[in-house]
Amino acid sequence: MSEQTISAKNKHWLTICQTSDLIKDSGICALIEQEFEEKQVAIFHLPNTEKQVYAVGNYDPIGQANVLYRGIVGSVGDDIVVSSPLYKQHFCLTTGKCLQEDKYIEVFPARIIDDYVQLFV
Amino acid sequence: MSSNNQQLVEKQKVVVVGNGMVGHHFVEQLAQLRTANPAIEITVLSAESRLAYDRVHLSEYFSGKTAADLAMTDEKTYQEWGVKFQTDAKVIYIDRANKQIVTKNDEVIEYDKLILATGSYPFVPPIPGKDRDHCLVYRTIDDLDDIQASAKVSKVGVVIGGGLLGLEAANALTALGLKTHVVEFAPQLMGVQIDAGGGRLLKEKIEALGVQVHTSKATRIIEDGDECRYKLCFSDDTVLETDLILFSAGIRPYDNLAKSFGLEMGERGGIVINNQCQTSDENIYAIGECALWNNFIFGLVAPGYNMAKVAAKHIMGEQASFTGADMSTKLKLMGVEVGSIGDAHAKTTGALTYTYENQPEGIYKKIVVSSDKTKMLGAVLIGDTSEYDSLLQYMLNAIDLPASPEALILPSSGEKPTLGVDALPDNAIICSCHNVTKGDIISSIDQGACTLGDVKTCTKASTGCGGCTALLKNVADKEFSSRGVEVKKDICEHFAYSRREIFDIVNVEKIKTFDELLASHGKGHGCEVCKPLTASILASVWNDYILKKPHLSLQDTNDTYLGNMQKDGTYSVVPRVAGGEITPDKLIALGQVAKKYKLYTKITGGQRVDLFGARVEELPPIWQELIDAGFETGHAYGKSLRTVKSCVGSIWCRFGVQDSVAMAIALENRYKGLRAPHKIKFGVSGCTRECAEAQSKDIGIIATEKGWNLYVCGNGGMKPRHGDLFAIDIDDETLVNYIDCILMFYVRTGDRLQRTSVWMDNMEGGLAYLQSVIIEDSLKLTDYLQAQMAAIIGTYQCEWKTTLSDPEALKRFKPFVNSSKPDSNIIFVQERDQIRPATTDEKIAQRSQTVKITNAGKIAEEA
Repeated sequence: MSEQTISAKNKHWLTICQTSDLIKDSGICALIEQEFEEKQVAIFHLPNTEKQVYAVGNYDPIGQANVLYRGIVGSVGDDIVVSSPLYKQHFCLTTGKCLQEDKYIEVFPARIIDDYVQLFV
Repeated sequence: MSSNNQQLVEKQKVVVVGNGMVGHHFVEQLAQLRTANPAIEITVLSAESRLAYDRVHLSEYFSGKTAADLAMTDEKTYQEWGVKFQTDAKVIYIDRANKQIVTKNDEVIEYDKLILATGSYPFVPPIPGKDRDHCLVYRTIDDLDDIQASAKVSKVGVVIGGGLLGLEAANALTALGLKTHVVEFAPQLMGVQIDAGGGRLLKEKIEALGVQVHTSKATRIIEDGDECRYKLCFSDDTVLETDLILFSAGIRPYDNLAKSFGLEMGERGGIVINNQCQTSDENIYAIGECALWNNFIFGLVAPGYNMAKVAAKHIMGEQASFTGADMSTKLKLMGVEVGSIGDAHAKTTGALTYTYENQPEGIYKKIVVSSDKTKMLGAVLIGDTSEYDSLLQYMLNAIDLPASPEALILPSSGEKPTLGVDALPDNAIICSCHNVTKGDIISSIDQGACTLGDVKTCTKASTGCGGCTALLKNVADKEFSSRGVEVKKDICEHFAYSRREIFDIVNVEKIKTFDELLASHGKGHGCEVCKPLTASILASVWNDYILKKPHLSLQDTNDTYLGNMQKDGTYSVVPRVAGGEITPDKLIALGQVAKKYKLYTKITGGQRVDLFGARVEELPPIWQELIDAGFETGHAYGKSLRTVKSCVGSIWCRFGVQDSVAMAIALENRYKGLRAPHKIKFGVSGCTRECAEAQSKDIGIIATEKGWNLYVCGNGGMKPRHGDLFAIDIDDETLVNYIDCILMFYVRTGDRLQRTSVWMDNMEGGLAYLQSVIIEDSLKLTDYLQAQMAAIIGTYQCEWKTTLSDPEALKRFKPFVNSSKPDSNIIFVQERDQIRPATTDEKIAQRSQTVKITNAGKIAEEA
């Protein structure tokens, strides 16, 4: 992930919570309040995968509600995905692509530093 | 159709004389066809005291079935269809000129189209003494009542007539405990359907069952007996003593009405009809056993059904014609398998036969082929009818025979040529009871049927005699696999097992977490299919608190938040109201909670109250108040027992015969929390009026004078299915035992998201198999099933109560990990004095207004 190119646009790593707030193989939601808008970010913790934490927009563009962090995570082939709790479409947690329809959700870089969870927003 | 004609059709009065199986089928067909044209008026007149019932399975009346079980319809159904009907209303006069009929009650009824479905009556040979007491026939339920009464004061019974029906009747007499004889005029039994060789073996087999068969006997007179009530004196001067005489010497068309009023008749009876089933009067149709088509009377139900369909279509102005019927039959007579196909007697010119007989094992098979040995003409099978289906298809579809046709019936010494379903043409009839072709099955799959059960429901195939079950499965499986629908039952890409196999793995290997199961039997990271499935199985087998840490991530959102997610991401709250009984105080408490949290309130179909619009963060305080008021979770979110619906029962109702409310409450409390492949609903009715609609539930219980009748595997919803009657007049304890076992068996063997109705439709052996497993314990499984159910009942907990006392679990009910603000996208508007989710347009309107008010300055600045 090319952090420099993104950081050029006034973005920075924001500490959200402690790792103990994460739920193994499941999601929590963070509210990011920026100047003109609120953003809901779903953060998933999959300790058995390479990346460990994944962050995507919480808004389900198909069901049109803020629910994705309450979906079940898993895999489809090699993709790590969350399944929408509303209508069960799969969204890839690394690309944001919906596997069933031509829709995307936003993807945020996420990392664990010293027991803290940070998002690049 | 011209508009003129249309008007005529709209005014039509259709009157059906006779409410046997065929008459009823006509009504059903016409009622379905006229949905587009409801102005057609249908009236049915039955000479009997009851509406249509199943005569094919009449003998089951003696093995415990009631008249209600045999019924094919009831007053309620006809009322729902908008069909007028009268019983005890024999028609005595037809005024063809004025298009009117008169019943024996002197009622005059007008018709535009008249349907004669008067059926047939048993032929009683003119033997002196035939009218004495205890000389009976076998045709109606009233006849059966007479036979039963007579059998009580008799020891020996004789059936006169060794045809198909005669042997059925002999079976009935044996079932009633009589020493039974069959007397046949011809030199063999079932002379119409089978040849001399088959008849000889059939006689041996039936005699081995304790029924004496006397062939080539003509009865001369019935006289007083010496040891028994009567004595049959035969023309060869021999005699046979008996107490009861049952005539079953064939049927005669019930055609006197048509004869008296001038319709064209056959030389030996029968109302002559054309290919549209019209008689010589174009406004009068005749169908079933009273009709004579091409100088032939069809004494089977399938051709009758066909005629009914043709007549109904013709009346509606659709193209249809009756072109004869195949009279092949397969049946089990007193446990002996008998099959007859086509030209069983090899009467076709040049016909050749192959015969296989195995006397020690009691098997006789013969096939009749064309002179060039390329086509099947007919067959006789006694003792083993396993080849019936494929032989029949060879004949019906004129499929070329293999080089050595005898291999088709020889025991499998080598490779037996099998008839691939690919070889069948699309118009091959697979189910002759409901006239379903291979093409019908394929088109049902085209239209979305994706299991064998779906195909059965859509086409009705295999729901009549069931003889085509195996063939239907072959055709459907072949079709499924050819379109890439894999018939294998892997639950998902992570596990190459069916739900049932995973259940056994968890049970046998004592697996307690999903991670263990994935590591030992799966691959990848799991998904929304295998995770909840495993959670459900773990709950069924070990009954842990479902939000215990290792299981937390496996649950669907509904199970995680112990509520039902609605379209806007809020949840609904449904406390348990067992049996639908609720005190005023609890009702007030519910109302107060709903009011305080501004929840939309609605009564559910399961006799409880649903509160909508709760945000995740509101769920714990709402439930705390409900639990304080004495409620517990209703599991409306789980694939588990939902509700036990009940009527008010014998405590209040004038008609109730058992306390249905107490039973409903006891059952709901017993099975609450049980996790299953899908949701489960019960109903308990206090009498046969069935106000709780129990027959549309997975488990339906209807009170009787003596106890309870148990129905299983019913369903409302998308594909309604009436429950099957599982047991009759059982006591409380037996009822609970059976339900314990049925539910655990379903939990153990059902597929993911498979309701009990589909589970039953896909169960090989169906109801009888389930009865044998549960009632007769054929798998030696019931002790285990009961123990498992007892363990689950013993470890029940209210999941909300457990959650509220667990700070770790409560963490999930915060909307955001880093903020206590609510989700700003959840917006309600008012409608009919309650909230509802705002539409997208309403949200946009509301937001811009809020922005205008709060950020007025900023927006002005930007502009």
